[in-house]
Amino acid sequence: MLKKTFKRGIHPLHRQGSGKNATKNLPIENYVSDSVVIHMSMNIGAPAVPCVKKGDHVKIGQVIGTAGGFVSVPVHASIAGEVTAVEPIPYLGTGNVTAVTIKNDFSDEWVELHPLGSVENVDPSLVIPAIREAGITGMGGASFPTHVKLTFKEGAVCDTIIVNGAECETHLTADHRLMLENSVRIVDGLRAVMRALIVPKGIIAIEDNKPDAIAAMQKAAAGRIGVQVAVLKTKYPQGGEKQLIEAVSGRQVPSGGLPIDVGVVVLNVGTCAAIADAVIDGMPLVSRVCTVTGCVKEPKNLRIPVGTIVEDMIGACGGFSEDPGKIFFGGAMTGIAIPNIQTPTAKSTNGVVVFNEAESRSKDESPCIRCGKCVAACPIGLNPYQIKVAADASDFAAAEKLHVMDCMLCGSCAYMCPARRWLTPSFRFAKDKIVAERKAAAAKGGSDK
Amino acid sequence: MNLRISTAPHIHHPVTTQRLMIYVLLALLPTTAVGIYAFGLPALMLLAISCVTAVLSEFLWQKIAKKRVLISDCSALVTGLILGLNLPANAPWWLAVIGSAFAVLLVKQLFGGLGDNFLNPAMAARAVLLASWPVHMTSFVLPTFFSGADAVTGATPLATKSAQLMDLFMGNIPGTIGEVSKVAILLGLLILLFTRTITWHIPFTMVASVFVFSWLFGADPVYAILSGGVLFGAVFMATDYVTNPMTASGKMIYAAGIGLIIAVIRQFGAYPEGVTYGILLMNIATPLIDRFLPQKIYGRQKEVKKA
Repeated sequence: MLKKTFKRGIHPLHRQGSGKNATKNLPIENYVSDSVVIHMSMNIGAPAVPCVKKGDHVKIGQVIGTAGGFVSVPVHASIAGEVTAVEPIPYLGTGNVTAVTIKNDFSDEWVELHPLGSVENVDPSLVIPAIREAGITGMGGASFPTHVKLTFKEGAVCDTIIVNGAECETHLTADHRLMLENSVRIVDGLRAVMRALIVPKGIIAIEDNKPDAIAAMQKAAAGRIGVQVAVLKTKYPQGGEKQLIEAVSGRQVPSGGLPIDVGVVVLNVGTCAAIADAVIDGMPLVSRVCTVTGCVKEPKNLRIPVGTIVEDMIGACGGFSEDPGKIFFGGAMTGIAIPNIQTPTAKSTNGVVVFNEAESRSKDESPCIRCGKCVAACPIGLNPYQIKVAADASDFAAAEKLHVMDCMLCGSCAYMCPARRWLTPSFRFAKDKIVAERKAAAAKGGSDK
Repeated sequence: MNLRISTAPHIHHPVTTQRLMIYVLLALLPTTAVGIYAFGLPALMLLAISCVTAVLSEFLWQKIAKKRVLISDCSALVTGLILGLNLPANAPWWLAVIGSAFAVLLVKQLFGGLGDNFLNPAMAARAVLLASWPVHMTSFVLPTFFSGADAVTGATPLATKSAQLMDLFMGNIPGTIGEVSKVAILLGLLILLFTRTITWHIPFTMVASVFVFSWLFGADPVYAILSGGVLFGAVFMATDYVTNPMTASGKMIYAAGIGLIIAVIRQFGAYPEGVTYGILLMNIATPLIDRFLPQKIYGRQKEVKKA
């Protein structure tokens, strides 16, 4: 079979099986902790508004935060018990967010659920509202509200839905295990969306380093209308939305555009499974699979209630095996470092990776030797070394001319750089600056009128 | 518990600048060994002097200029060794000292140090030596291979056009320390390719270009690529990271340009050899190539496929 892929890219931790060997053969274990901290900014867009107060008793699946606008979803209690606090907490450098703390009474009481029935028989017009009510956001990491992604602007037509099972990030095996253990649910979720939006084709795309997942998904897709499995080459960032679309459909999303501009929508496998849960069982998104690996005694794939504290998850994995130097949510290429182990997880937390002191040491920059490895790595086709010169000189206009805004911060250039130059961090900074300047300019233009 | 906060990526490819330079040194090892074997003790002395001078110059400059001392990245050592390999084995010791110091201090450090020089340091130094002491730079000895025979001086086969192809290939010809054995150079090329230090684009395009243009200009193309410094230049000098273009297509334009200039100088110029000037001229063209070669950016091509 011809394996599909995109141009350039890298093979991070190639010799160590991308860091996935420790967990890829471990079945998902359920884990429930004594308490959870559920914050209200789980999605890109407006935060949810808390609707419970200290002392309230909540059941699993009960709405504890209502959607704060169209680009927002409700938040549900992930365990049953007493609300012990509703207060702002600092969260991952985004400032304070409101969070609801629930103490588990282990009654496992659920709210009454309203199943819609089989995905092949459900009234298609009920699917998107159900996705919204279930509080589903992109579970691959970006946490964009799924119902917004599935609501197109006038005239847009979607002919293909791609289910992202690439899992190209290092260390993570949560999607891999989900495809093995929950393959039918993933196909169900895809079918529900295909019917809701009248899309003829659904393609489940998986990297060839997961032959067992490919086989499982092929089996689950057999006989389902319009559903097929595509095998991708194992390469980072194969699971990047733009790269995936190029690999699977041969189309390129225009710069600054959305996948729907080329008739495609991409959904993560976890998102699809959550959609199936919402339609078939009427169940909101209250738990997810998360890979806990690195310097922990027993690396695991855990199904955790949303809001589980990192410390509890480390405990469930037998504790640290070495003194930790850095812990991050997600894989090593794009993961977000957390400040302490009291940090709660969110709907988008697909991994908790613990690095020891040696792995965490920051590297000094040395001079660029113009080796061109960054250029050969960039999946977008940018010249990272030139952008870095502009960014270092705080010349953001020049950086913008070099198309820094097309950079998706995948980290490929910085991974390859032999001089250990902080390419991706500078690009992140430059992009933030440019966005802020654009906003300021827009605000000024508005006030002038 | 103190956790480090840093932005992604949290991992790096194990290859550092230092390791790349060590790969280059490793790739130069066969050539260096054959050079010493062919020309004996004088060659060893010259190579040692040029290496020590290069590293010492870099160290002293960085100390005096109060810069971070970066000699551990081994780039100065590479420059020194390559310059030494570019000298005839019977060159006087001070030629090596002047050449190395010029390469590191004037060509590299005065323009900002590693990464900021626009000319290949060893190549520029060789050009200066060639212009200043042409007799020393072009009187070659025949390899003695420790046969005990007295060294015999001879002209480079480039000038006489008399050597057998097999002798050219194996290294039994007069020439600079590094350029005589083509087998050793090709072994070095394999090391560079295998360690992914360089890609095939520059060496292959440059040799192909010399072959094609020599043939077009009426010279023997096989003789052209095996004689003089074409192979050594294509493998070790044109591939200097700092002074060649960043993109694969840019590298091929650059290498093809070097080949053309070499063939033109050899066939129509007054010099028997054109590798030095070919590489230096295309070094100068590198920023232009990088700047004006169109990029293919995802989602910005004119014809975004719509199927």
